[in-house]
Amino acid sequence: MADTLAADIKLIVFQLKDKEYAIPVNHVQGIEKVEHITRVPRTEKFIKGVINLRGVITPIIDLRSRFGIEEENFTDSTRVIIVSVNDLEVGFIVDLANDVIDIPVASIEPPPEVVGVKEVEYINGVAKIGKRLLILIDLEMILDTESFSSSRSEG
Amino acid sequence: MDMNQYLEVFIEESKEHLQACNEQLLELEKNPENIAIVNEIFRSAHTLKGMSATMGYEDLAKLTHQMENVLDAIRNHKIKFNPEILDVVFLAVDDLEAMVQSIAEGGDGKRDVSDAVGKLLLIEKGESPVLAEAKSEVAAAVAEPLHAAKSQYDEFEYTVLQQSKEQGFETFEITVALREDCLLKAARVFMIFEILEKIGEVIKSNPAVDQLEEEQFDHEFTVTIVSKEMKDDIQKKLMKVSEVDKVDVNPISLEELRQFEVEEAEITQTPEIETPAKEVEKNVDAPNKKEDKKTTSSAKQTSNKTIRVNIERLDILMNLFEELVIDRGRLEQISRDLNNQELHETVERMSRVTGDLQNIILNMRMVPVETVFNRFPRMVRQLARDLNKKINLEIIGAETELDRTVIDEIGDPLVHLIRNALDHGVETPEVRKANGKPEEGTVVLKAYHSGNHVFIEIEDDGAGISRDKVLAKALSKGIVTEQAAASMTDNQVYELILASGFSTAEKISDVSGRGVGLDVVKSTIESLGGTISIESRLGQGSIFSIQLPLTLSIISVMLTEIQNEKFAIPLSSIIETAIVNKAEILNAHNQRVIDFRGKVVPLLFLKDIFEVPVVTEDDEFYSVVIVRKGDKMAGLVVDSFIGQQEVVLKSLGNYLTNVFAISGATILGNGQVALIVDCNALIK
Repeated sequence: MADTLAADIKLIVFQLKDKEYAIPVNHVQGIEKVEHITRVPRTEKFIKGVINLRGVITPIIDLRSRFGIEEENFTDSTRVIIVSVNDLEVGFIVDLANDVIDIPVASIEPPPEVVGVKEVEYINGVAKIGKRLLILIDLEMILDTESFSSSRSEG
Repeated sequence: MDMNQYLEVFIEESKEHLQACNEQLLELEKNPENIAIVNEIFRSAHTLKGMSATMGYEDLAKLTHQMENVLDAIRNHKIKFNPEILDVVFLAVDDLEAMVQSIAEGGDGKRDVSDAVGKLLLIEKGESPVLAEAKSEVAAAVAEPLHAAKSQYDEFEYTVLQQSKEQGFETFEITVALREDCLLKAARVFMIFEILEKIGEVIKSNPAVDQLEEEQFDHEFTVTIVSKEMKDDIQKKLMKVSEVDKVDVNPISLEELRQFEVEEAEITQTPEIETPAKEVEKNVDAPNKKEDKKTTSSAKQTSNKTIRVNIERLDILMNLFEELVIDRGRLEQISRDLNNQELHETVERMSRVTGDLQNIILNMRMVPVETVFNRFPRMVRQLARDLNKKINLEIIGAETELDRTVIDEIGDPLVHLIRNALDHGVETPEVRKANGKPEEGTVVLKAYHSGNHVFIEIEDDGAGISRDKVLAKALSKGIVTEQAAASMTDNQVYELILASGFSTAEKISDVSGRGVGLDVVKSTIESLGGTISIESRLGQGSIFSIQLPLTLSIISVMLTEIQNEKFAIPLSSIIETAIVNKAEILNAHNQRVIDFRGKVVPLLFLKDIFEVPVVTEDDEFYSVVIVRKGDKMAGLVVDSFIGQQEVVLKSLGNYLTNVFAISGATILGNGQVALIVDCNALIK
């Protein structure tokens, strides 16, 4: 994502707890309200289940839980961002998805090296826009099923 | 002229005609005397010739033309039919297939056909070709729309016909009624035409001759002929044909006849107007072209009832329809909430219509298994020759319908199994004789519906599977341990041959038996949601039985509720449902069981297995779904039954793979997702 040739990159911004995160818009299929989620038994804790997205069964991941942030009940502003990466289509539950912005690629910096923060493995970089700090998440890492085992032992 | 738009149609139709040739040739091998079959092949070859010449595939046209000549000679008894001829014709059909294949793959369809053409020429020259042509001239007159060969004479002949009318030939309209119980209508038609051919010339028949020969008429047909014979004589002659009920001969006036001619001329003329580009070719053999057009147009009449639709479009249709079903569910919900009578009625009507629509869409995806089976007779014939075995392939239930997606996948596994049956199952004629069996082995390929499944069985009356040999092999390959081997049932042992790295044939042959085939068969079938089992009796033969879901996309389920969650259990695994009192539950080795119809059935509490959040307290009664996997049974405890329903099976996607005991999901009427329980994973 950082090596995109265009000088600007379009991002979908969403909130988890009090932080702002971003994913490139080209991976986003849509933003939906939370509807009935069918729990899938014996899966990872952060997999909330599956929803019917216009006839397609789509797994739903709670990003709070994925990042180790305490979970909260869904509110009116809770959204599901449908992303698609390499054949995989999943939905992310986020607290709020309210912004689409263009930022210059150059403004993206590598993630700060902080020890002990769980989400750091899923971060691609950070971007500072005025006072806002956007955390760019690494979709491929989040959706990597291989990392399940490690996250489970930690969680 | 740009032919690209016709290319697809050409390829499809060519394949169909070649398939028809293949089938009929095999049929002919069994009944070498049956001229009707030769006619069928001739017709296919002829259409093929016309099409390929039109499309500019010279080699294809050349070869079919030569094949046609030979077939024509056969049906006119100029050449005695024998197996050598059949082989050459098969060779020619092979060449044709290769060419059509090459065209389908974007090639130019060129191929050296001189070998096949040469052989066909030799056969034809075995008799006087002049005679054959002269004879076919008459044949062409008899059954005009199909018999177009040598029709260089046709135009000439046509004028002769007109002249003969002017020369005072009587014109008769003959109505022939066959007996109601007539079995071989086509044969009778042929005999009648043969008589008519002797006493005069046929101008027109209703229905058309090819329809008559395909028995596409009730019991009555009308033929118009010109003849110098007396009306009564004609009638007497025709009545000699057995199974003819009634013959009416009516002389008709010349005026009426002219009208017929005009009509006929129009029929032959119109296609030419549509395709002016063919003028050049037509100079070479103009009447031939006319005939071609007529055959194709009459063929189209019969095939008009079907159209080809890309399977992708059906998939899209299906997906759209599923969305509609979900919206319907919502509408139903809304209409219930609003409690408006008019809305109620409208929604109910819509529900019924969509229900019908669903059936139609699902049925559209069903294809007879014949499309897979029809390539086997040819394959078996060839293999039997290669292996020096005598094998008779019987196909039963080719009309059984399966979902298109299953059809597409099932071909290769079946090829493997049939090859296996031929190579390893059926013995050589000498061995069979020594063992007191008929020299000719029989392989039966059978398909039938049973419940929500389709069964395909491949049965041979060959040597069967030797338990000892299989075990010895499996042990030496390290597939099983000795302890495990001792306690295995025969069927379990047989299934070892489906394990990878297994091959019992002492000698590796070209046909099958590199040990790679059968495990692929097993995995393909399992990936389709099916199972394969083997029965065998040493010395008497084996049955490989494949069980497949009727469709990959729609299954019947029992919807159940566990706490607030809904789970669907495939009806195919369910034996029955029961309500069990808590007091009836027994404990055996830490396992709760019930006594169900004299059998001890272990209970599985889905609530625990699926870690369902508990919101309500246990009832005094348990709702139990008794399911089975093979011989084993289990009782799945749920909270309540909702009912039986047809649902669309959907996968959980690429992200959620290997979820324990869940085989997929479905979307319910209210738009929510329900998971489908995989009973096979629950029963160990």
